[in-house]
Amino acid sequence: MNRILLTGNGAAAWGARLAEVDYVPAFPITPQTEIIETLAGWYERGEAKGRLVTLESEHSMVTAAGAAAATGVRVFTATSSQGLLYAMEMLYAVPGWRAPFVMVNVSRGVATPITLESDHTDILAARDSGFLQIHCASCQEVLDSVLIAYRVAEDARVRLPAIVNQDGFTLSFTREPVEMPDLEAVRRFLPAYDPQGVEFRASRPVSQAVAVLGGSQYSYFRYEVHLAAMNALGVYEEAARDFDAQFGRHHPAVEAYRCDDAEIVFYMVGAFATKAQDAVDRLREAGHKVGLVRPRVLRPYPEAALRTLLLGRRAVIVVDQNLSMGKGGVHYAELASALYGCGGAPMLLSYVGGLGGRDIGAEEFFEMAAEARKAAETGAVPELRLLYTAGELREIRKLQAIANAERRQLGGRT
Amino acid sequence: MTETAIRSMKDLPSAHLLGTGTAMCAGCGSLEALHEIYDILGGRTVFVNAAGCMTLLSNYPFTPFRGGWLYTSMASAAAGAQGVRDALDILREKGRITADEDMTAVVLAGDGSTYGMGMSATSAAIERGLDFLYICYDNEGYGNTGQQYSGATPHGAKTTTSARGYSGEKKDLFSIWAAHRPAYVATVIGAEPLDLAKKIERAARMKGPRLIMALAPCPTGWDYDPKETVDIGRLAVASGVWPLKEYLDGRVVHTRIPRPRVPVEAYLKTQGRFAHLFAPQRNEALLAGIQARVDAYWTDAR
Repeated sequence: MNRILLTGNGAAAWGARLAEVDYVPAFPITPQTEIIETLAGWYERGEAKGRLVTLESEHSMVTAAGAAAATGVRVFTATSSQGLLYAMEMLYAVPGWRAPFVMVNVSRGVATPITLESDHTDILAARDSGFLQIHCASCQEVLDSVLIAYRVAEDARVRLPAIVNQDGFTLSFTREPVEMPDLEAVRRFLPAYDPQGVEFRASRPVSQAVAVLGGSQYSYFRYEVHLAAMNALGVYEEAARDFDAQFGRHHPAVEAYRCDDAEIVFYMVGAFATKAQDAVDRLREAGHKVGLVRPRVLRPYPEAALRTLLLGRRAVIVVDQNLSMGKGGVHYAELASALYGCGGAPMLLSYVGGLGGRDIGAEEFFEMAAEARKAAETGAVPELRLLYTAGELREIRKLQAIANAERRQLGGRT
Repeated sequence: MTETAIRSMKDLPSAHLLGTGTAMCAGCGSLEALHEIYDILGGRTVFVNAAGCMTLLSNYPFTPFRGGWLYTSMASAAAGAQGVRDALDILREKGRITADEDMTAVVLAGDGSTYGMGMSATSAAIERGLDFLYICYDNEGYGNTGQQYSGATPHGAKTTTSARGYSGEKKDLFSIWAAHRPAYVATVIGAEPLDLAKKIERAARMKGPRLIMALAPCPTGWDYDPKETVDIGRLAVASGVWPLKEYLDGRVVHTRIPRPRVPVEAYLKTQGRFAHLFAPQRNEALLAGIQARVDAYWTDAR
């Protein structure tokens, strides 16, 4: 096998290239842009066959992606953050077209304040759209997940678009060794696109995405999408098994790290989970029975797998790299709903951190583990904690002091 | 200018392609125009629809269309046409479909979408040289939601959000589109079926971005008896309020120059949305202003 150094963005582009996508509607946005630049370069130099068209917005981009998929070609697209939010109307619309395609989202914090670095509030805004979601923690996973995503999305039991998520900067701009699958092997794993009758042809006229009158018809079609998304759990397992057989890499829907005898388990999504992994190793060295659970598939939600992995633990530490204003971490709430009322349900501790690329330090993981141990002993669950250090707050206060001093100097009011 | 096969009313198609029994209002000027347009375009078309009155044409499990239909959103129908066209081109290039399976992408959008949030996607589709037709049915307001003023509402018209008459001006969309230098732009109206048919035939024979604006008299939004739709449409042309014209090869040519022009008042009086210009007392200044604007337009018209 061929191993090369690739950024997460390069891996995403290679995923699309190996999937032999026909069409790439595009729009530039940091930190995603390298993906479409890479594909555009290949197409222009004739190194790969495909057509890339830059639309004037992500809203139009997702419309074109859905429309082309509904016409019967394999489509790839990519975006980030504000772009994902700008496209949101269409993200909710196109799953109902039952015309699958794959979009890579390169996670980035959402405004306000405007920023470039990563968290997952953007992608979780698409949580209820009908797109499947696969979340990656390495560049290898980005490439592999694009291929798996096509296989699952195009399956006759699913027929839904899928988002492959990677963290901006942490993965998108970080070079890692990536094993390049052989194209012939990819073709065996992922057959050529089959529109399965969802296509515009002069001889077989169809109407797509038509209006309905009344809640009964509406509910029927909405339930169909939900049930198709639920089918994707089993289809994903098949695809992951086949992928492992073909390429020797297993990407389960939920990854467990050193969990066998773990009493306390970290629960994280995306690239920052590797920081938790490192903390687990160090806590293990110190004699603590700690593990990590990282769901890769978030839609459909792998509830059964999570129950199997987490029931019977003493405590689960959910670290959310997202923030639902006025509620807290999204993953915490979802996991609580999955475990509530089950025998052996662990205590759940909720932390929010890593917003806008803010690091989560090893000491913070150690502190979380200590709090979890204490909670397990006393039975008292601490309230949601927003990770922020006294040092960070001091830095903010310094900046405010400078701003005020400057304003005074210039004669303004403080 | 491209010759057309249609030269007189006798040449108009006698078979009507668009199905009947739709959810449109009685006397709908948009549906009138669409019937006539569809007779020329035929069923090898994918109608890519933006949110508006016509969205209710295809209503599960019924459609009046013989070809394809794809509802998109209010803002992005032109991007939908891009996706359909690109996909069909790719399928042709790769030999995955034959030429006889190809279809024409046709955007169908109201003025609310076209003059407002759909403009950016349409502008971009034109600049990319997309091979598609765009049909805007213009009933001069957000008709599907009960006629609020839009970017297409004429000055002085009463809408549900401008009870004393719209204070803004109808946007000159024709010029905006023509400024992009697309293959073709034309105005049409259902009440002038021969002029409409010639233009649609011409557009259908061309490649590239082709954009059609149909003024669509609207009984419910404009407040008149549905049986008046054709007469009001003719008055819109005869008074010079709705110039029939086309943009082709960098030039704008009027396909009808009304001489003499009927006073605009004769057109305005037919519609409840302008009743406040005449009662309880005549608003002479506003009437004169509206007439002056129409006169100014025709001073230089060719």
